[in-house]
Amino acid sequence: MARVLLSGDLGRRFADGEAEIEVKGDSVRHVIAALEDLYPGIAEVLSDGRMAVAIDGTIHQDGLYEPVPADAEVIFMPAIGGG
Amino acid sequence: MTYEDGKLKVVGTRPIRPDGVDKVTGRANFGADHSMPGMLWGRILRSPHAHARITGIDVSKAEALPGVKAVVTGADMAESSGSADAGESAINLRDLSRNVLAHDKVLYDGHAIAAIAATSDKIAREALKLIDVGYEVLPHVMDVDEAMKPDAPLLHDDMFTEGIEPTPETSSNIAKKMVIGFGDVDDGFAKADVIIERTLKTAPVHQGYIEPHACVATISEDGQAVVWCSSQGQFVIRDLCSQLLGMEAADVRVIPAEIGGGFGGKTTVYLEPVALMLSQKSSRPVKMTMTRGEVFRATGPTSASSMDVKIGATRDGRITAASAEFRFQAGAFPGSPVGAACMASFAPYDLENVSITGYDVVTNGPKVAAYRAPGAPQGAYAVETVVDELAEALNMDPVDFRALNGAREGTKAPYGATFKVVGNLECLEATKDHPHYKSNLGPDQGRGVASGFWFNIGGQSAATVAINPDGTVSVVEGNPDIGGSRASMAMMAAEVFGVAVEKVRPMIADTASIAHNDVTGGSRVTFATGMAVVQASEDAVEQLKKRAAKMWDVEVEDVVWQDGAAHTATKDAPLTLADIAAQAGRTGGPITGNASINARGAGPAFTTHICDVEVDRETGAVEILRYTAIQDAGKAIHPSFVEGQMQGGVAQGVGWALNEEYIYSTDGNMENPGFLDYRMPVASDLPMIDTVVIEVPNPSHPFGVRGVGEAPIVPPLAAVANAVYDAVGVRMTELPISPPRLLAAIDAYKAAAE
Repeated sequence: MARVLLSGDLGRRFADGEAEIEVKGDSVRHVIAALEDLYPGIAEVLSDGRMAVAIDGTIHQDGLYEPVPADAEVIFMPAIGGG
Repeated sequence: MTYEDGKLKVVGTRPIRPDGVDKVTGRANFGADHSMPGMLWGRILRSPHAHARITGIDVSKAEALPGVKAVVTGADMAESSGSADAGESAINLRDLSRNVLAHDKVLYDGHAIAAIAATSDKIAREALKLIDVGYEVLPHVMDVDEAMKPDAPLLHDDMFTEGIEPTPETSSNIAKKMVIGFGDVDDGFAKADVIIERTLKTAPVHQGYIEPHACVATISEDGQAVVWCSSQGQFVIRDLCSQLLGMEAADVRVIPAEIGGGFGGKTTVYLEPVALMLSQKSSRPVKMTMTRGEVFRATGPTSASSMDVKIGATRDGRITAASAEFRFQAGAFPGSPVGAACMASFAPYDLENVSITGYDVVTNGPKVAAYRAPGAPQGAYAVETVVDELAEALNMDPVDFRALNGAREGTKAPYGATFKVVGNLECLEATKDHPHYKSNLGPDQGRGVASGFWFNIGGQSAATVAINPDGTVSVVEGNPDIGGSRASMAMMAAEVFGVAVEKVRPMIADTASIAHNDVTGGSRVTFATGMAVVQASEDAVEQLKKRAAKMWDVEVEDVVWQDGAAHTATKDAPLTLADIAAQAGRTGGPITGNASINARGAGPAFTTHICDVEVDRETGAVEILRYTAIQDAGKAIHPSFVEGQMQGGVAQGVGWALNEEYIYSTDGNMENPGFLDYRMPVASDLPMIDTVVIEVPNPSHPFGVRGVGEAPIVPPLAAVANAVYDAVGVRMTELPISPPRLLAAIDAYKAAAE
């Protein structure tokens, strides 16, 4: 099970504030699919090219196919642009 | 594989840079240096108005001028839609198209309207005067807070604020609202004994690269295009040009020139698609070079900001809650770095309750471009100023206060992710122990400290190494060298091969000669492209071991690679890289190594700076007396370049703090588009900047590399402002701290005290 924190915009929009939830999924796209079952409409937001994902603290700018280890912390966040 | 620090022979040394001789002798080719037979000169007509509807463009007189070969306007560009993956973040193609050449409205002073290609630069300039543009001048808005008001002049009738549920039905200059954070800030502030809340502002500042944008473009009759240009990424230039002009990527070859500074501002296109359009229309190569005025008026800058920050702490110095609202000016089209400001500004702190709101706001200025740690310096200026004031209110040493509340392994960053191994506390400890921090100050002198954070990113990189017949090594990579990356690529390859770095020659290839590489930005190249070079080199080493096994007639498993040679237990003499290379034709052909990766595991960078200033109370002038930058680099591949990055970031940050700003007339025209009036620091303005490189290795990189290029511009704004406060007792809540502004603040402070 992956631990997903929905806070900020995602929390306000889909979880009535803030939520830390556990969902099944061994890759980011499977985690997104599981979240979509709980929060319809969230998959479109999370799959947006402007979203990055942090898995156990490691940020992936385009991590849709990244593996998610058991008990991993999964955080969705805006993608980072640099100079 | 991972390489042990104690056994490194090349990494961590300071060899002469491979591109050094060309650059100090003037042989290096920069963007404006390229020319072609039959080449035309291109020039752009720019808007004199900050905001106007274009009622008509008549180019007939210009077209009739002898020597004019092509004229293009926005009407010649296909309507673009969707977004382009620029390697770091998506770029809105419709906005980009309208920024490259205005379609129906001009949105800022300097907005490109039409372009001309002529047989000489003089004719092109003359022809610009013959273009007749009709304008319906519209009210404009420059200030971010003014632009957010409901009655502000609207830049885009079809823009409705994203991030608000339900989506508003009234259009607005607020392109996007975002909120991040966790915990309960109300509860946290209720537990605080001391709360400091301040509003701070910063001005738009330019990246200030010395080399202006320049390119030569040509399209042949079969549709094959070549662009020579200076940029931070030949692939992003290729992809944006091809998508804007409806071409296939393979039909556009971009050849990277040397780059005379970019700092984020050369990660997009301005001239290149226009030069291609002119070339297509004229069937001639077209060269375009911006003037300094054009660079200031129409490229960059980074956002002006208006920021509210509130932090509460208990009497024993523990932060209980932090909140902020960041309002960032995006310029003419959405896309300010407010998101990064929200995520980065409080990252040096271990917080239980944090809430940050960001607004991306369009105004009648040039569309902002990335600038070194985009968004983080502005946010850090606000947060680190309030942190300084809070430490003072608690009667605590500002470094101790930061360390007590400092982010560490296991800290949840404001954007939710948990930090792994980071070097924030190590930087603070080194700050406290540094002789600079313990030194004495004189009258009207003050000391400020500030911390900073930058994420650093990985991304897509490809690299090829080729073993030459004499045993030398060619490293081919695809990222322009903006900070000494050729040297670090060569050094990492040399370390893997076990040869002297002088035996390795790095080269930056064009878009047809190597696979895609993301843009040089995000402090990613030494980490990500370095990882690709290491893997390509390791791939080549495996080939070398196989060839040695064939030459010795032993199993490859019995061959080890050490100190630049293959060894096996049954042979006394090793086979050197040159020995194996000389036999490559007989053992299977050329020996190469390749790697194409999407590098994961970039390590965040933390940094703390100490700044001493002296304030002239008569003039308001601020002199930087001493400056020390302490930063965790993970592992410094070439320490001189790491130190140079740190010093460069400080210099730019000091300029941002003290002098730099876009000054606009009441009509919205930039009044200081030149280096005489837009005052950047020069060598005589700064002392030698001391550096301390902390090395807390990033476990995801074979040598422990984190990015270094962006973090050092994050703390200087606040470090300087805090030092000014320490010197004269005045909190400067608006940048730049220019002499007139500081003098007025000192006078007001004195008047209030009397």
